[in-house]
Amino acid sequence: MSVTGSEVGLGPIEDQIARQRAPDAPAEELLTINMGPHHPATHGVLRLMVLLEGEVVRDLKPIIGYVHTGIEKTAEDKAYWKVIPVVERMDYLAYYFNAMAYCGAVEGLLGLEIPKRAQYLRVIHLELNRLASHLVWLGTSCLDLGAISMFWYGFREREQILDLFEMSSGARMHTRYIQVGGVMEDIPRGFEAKVRGFLKDMHERLEQYEALLDQNEIVLKRLRHVGIVDEPTLLALGVTGPLLRAAGNPWDLRKAHPYSSYDDFDFKIPVGTIGDNYDRYRVRMAEMHESIGIVEQALDGLPEGDHITPDRKISLPPRHELATSMEALIHHFKLVTEGFRVPPGEYYYPIESPRGELACFVRSDGSAKPARVHMRDPSFVNLQAFREMARDSYIADFIATLAMLDPVLGGIDR
Amino acid sequence: MVLVAEYTGPQGGVWRLLCCPNVPLPKGMSRLEIRRELTDPTAPSSFRSQQLRARDMLRGDLEAEELEQYVEESVLFTTLEKAANWARSNSLFPLTFGLACCGIEFMHTIASRVDIARFGYEAARASPRQADLIILSGRVSIKMAPVVRRLYDQMLEPKWAISMGACCSSQGVFNNYAIVPADKFMPVDVHVPGCPPRPEALVHGILKLRKMIQADPDAGWRTRYDAHGTEEILEDALATTPAAVNIFGPDDTGGA
Ligand code: SF4
Repeated sequence: MSVTGSEVGLGPIEDQIARQRAPDAPAEELLTINMGPHHPATHGVLRLMVLLEGEVVRDLKPIIGYVHTGIEKTAEDKAYWKVIPVVERMDYLAYYFNAMAYCGAVEGLLGLEIPKRAQYLRVIHLELNRLASHLVWLGTSCLDLGAISMFWYGFREREQILDLFEMSSGARMHTRYIQVGGVMEDIPRGFEAKVRGFLKDMHERLEQYEALLDQNEIVLKRLRHVGIVDEPTLLALGVTGPLLRAAGNPWDLRKAHPYSSYDDFDFKIPVGTIGDNYDRYRVRMAEMHESIGIVEQALDGLPEGDHITPDRKISLPPRHELATSMEALIHHFKLVTEGFRVPPGEYYYPIESPRGELACFVRSDGSAKPARVHMRDPSFVNLQAFREMARDSYIADFIATLAMLDPVLGGIDR
Repeated sequence: MVLVAEYTGPQGGVWRLLCCPNVPLPKGMSRLEIRRELTDPTAPSSFRSQQLRARDMLRGDLEAEELEQYVEESVLFTTLEKAANWARSNSLFPLTFGLACCGIEFMHTIASRVDIARFGYEAARASPRQADLIILSGRVSIKMAPVVRRLYDQMLEPKWAISMGACCSSQGVFNNYAIVPADKFMPVDVHVPGCPPRPEALVHGILKLRKMIQADPDAGWRTRYDAHGTEEILEDALATTPAAVNIFGPDDTGGA
């Protein structure tokens, strides 16, 4: 889809392009510049080769692999339950999601029934993590647009979320909270009240952010009608998540293919209209409101019961049983030394991460170690669309577009 | 209290900058006080009284004549250096550099709760040429290692490096083909353990570095690694064109 300059009031760039495309235009020299892998605006160690004509980006090529960590290969060498910490470190802003996708795939292979309480606890943490991830996106993108204050605000709220994670699992990042069969531990006393307090704050703060940014002249100028890509192109490129929803397609796996009891909750899928950077911004902001609602509903309806499957072949026995029960000791020994075996087969488990469809493919050969673990990481697929988004825009807009794309290099390179 | 500098003020009269280094404070920190004072240049006693006070501070190490001589000769010089180190150690410019998950905790260290601006390290620079501290926040892959090394080489001396997190100290949870510990390809001053380290842990590491700089600034990596004389300058190139100090040839990208 192309929008002419007069339609969107973007005179200079459209004129410039038209002038240069005219048959009698003087041949202008193209300039190739390298951006990254160390560049403050690439949100990690992305390297971009950019072909410039004057100040207009004509073509670009992302070069990745600068944080390649060999996680998928490492996973093949570890028992199923010891893989969780390494997969968590892929997309490091969405660690709960990585663990969820992996555990979901393993649970699928095992045919395991997850207790309802565990599913709700997972939802609470996943949605808090979505908020935390979007807050980093908001802070750093606004930094790219020149507003440092949003960085302080965003990270102030994120600290509160990390405190909650620390309360429930003992760690701020890479918590290893989600386990095969449920979650590591039940929530501690006082956690619910603390989450509710935070959600109330967060709701107010989100409204403050919106008051600050939504109608902000600079934000509007920098984001509106920039980086437009239409829905069919995005679908052809495999783009998912807020980028696709900003173009008007309400594809969200939480609704389209509910997992972990997401069908119990009442929430909306925000969509954009034309798929420009402003839509991408608005979709994520609206999503944060929905996440708050989901966590509230999950807390309201939190069922009683086990927080992890009582199947002792899969989950570690509680500590106190070890002192009294010989059987528990045997299970514990078996799990810690060898781990559990998984029947042979393949499983693909997709979930909706803050960046789109995050899926884990696990192939089992019947042993206690996975034969293959592969992640379909949304950042990796979405990065394909960057060329379409940024082509024929100014170099300054291309930075804003990259910020709105929200790639996480840990997820791309793995 | 010793004299650091003496200058004539705009309205005439001679001003003196006096400083009193290392006033001990609780928790092992030290404070340096700089005081400005108008003196009468015709009265030689004022400078003399500074020297006497400095001598009192040194009493116990040296005696009588020797002490007198030492005070006259060297107090001024060493305290100036101390003042410089104090200033240097309290305003490191870190490089804006995030590699992976630890980079997010590094951002938290700069952000509002931990607020590293309290210690004077908030002026993160995007260019290595303006930075004097590189915080390797995250995992360094084999592909990234030459780039990191190049960034480090581009920083001007004196420079320091902190390796943040298990990955770039010891490969962390990924003991595999892809990750290189930072010590393999560059000197590191402080290692901060954790996966990721809490922001507080990083602050602890930075304060440790500050102490190192204050205690002995010369004990930088060149001293510790016995690497004096390894500065990467082509001597013959320098002789012909003083500006040509780049060790890479015109077409050599140095692997980056
Ligand atoms: S030490 Fe841990 S948190 Fe830091 S980069 Fe490595 S895996 Fe990530």
